[in-house]
Amino acid sequence: MNDLDCRQFVEQVTTFLEGDLGADAEQRFIEHLALCDGCDRYLDQIRQTTQALRDLPAEGISPAARANLLNAFRSRP
Amino acid sequence: MEGFPPDQELVARLQDGDEDAFALVLDSWSGGMLRLARSFVSTEESAAEVVQETWLAVIEGIGRFECRSSLKTWTYRILTNTAKRRGTREKKVVPLSSAEDNGPTVDPARFRPAGVPFPGHWWEFPPAWPTPEQGLLGAEVREMLSAALAELPDRQRVVITLRDVEGYASEEVCELLEISAANQRVLLHRARAFVRGKLEEYYTQEVSS
Repeated sequence: MNDLDCRQFVEQVTTFLEGDLGADAEQRFIEHLALCDGCDRYLDQIRQTTQALRDLPAEGISPAARANLLNAFRSRP
Repeated sequence: MEGFPPDQELVARLQDGDEDAFALVLDSWSGGMLRLARSFVSTEESAAEVVQETWLAVIEGIGRFECRSSLKTWTYRILTNTAKRRGTREKKVVPLSSAEDNGPTVDPARFRPAGVPFPGHWWEFPPAWPTPEQGLLGAEVREMLSAALAELPDRQRVVITLRDVEGYASEEVCELLEISAANQRVLLHRARAFVRGKLEEYYTQEVSS
């Protein structure tokens, strides 16, 4: 295992996922990932978290507001 | 976005007064706009008014829109400007950085301290989560996620909402919020770690109960 420890690894996951780590740091990150099941799981759970957020349904505006806006669009000059 | 007309076509239809096109953007974007507005103002009602005001500005300005940015980015920019103005009036402003943006995102007690073998490594690996049903989130998980987002400091909530809930690219978020790439990444990182922690809490409680 190289000198990157798990405590540092968890603080780099977002930079890694953004592709902003830089070649050397990314190499160390990936080497650590390959050897550490705990960090592999942590990274996967961060991915699962973003996926879960992506699936959150959005609540819409009220039907009255919607009707209002459709009216405003219809009567625009 | 699947099944969504390309921007040029959408804008042309809106400029022609095509009501279906307007209903399409209205229904597709209002939910996300409400969530975003809510980050800047103090009540749900205020957020709904910001969204209403934004759409009225879109209706008013669409004739002059020249596709220099995407229609959605333009709309969201109007929204953030409207929301920020109102937020300032309501004395709820989103400050750019604070003490909440520093320090470790995972409890240091979960790692082995200096002086024992393998310092800085996990004492125990994070517990495994159940495999979710394909693409489906339970209602309980959805509620938990919404509550977790609501608990976040404002800046973090705005960024994670735009990036992970709405699917915006980092450049777009930096532009909308006028923050640096580094600042955006820190806020996103802290917010994701917090929400992951809430999911972990939820899943481990579920297993032990």
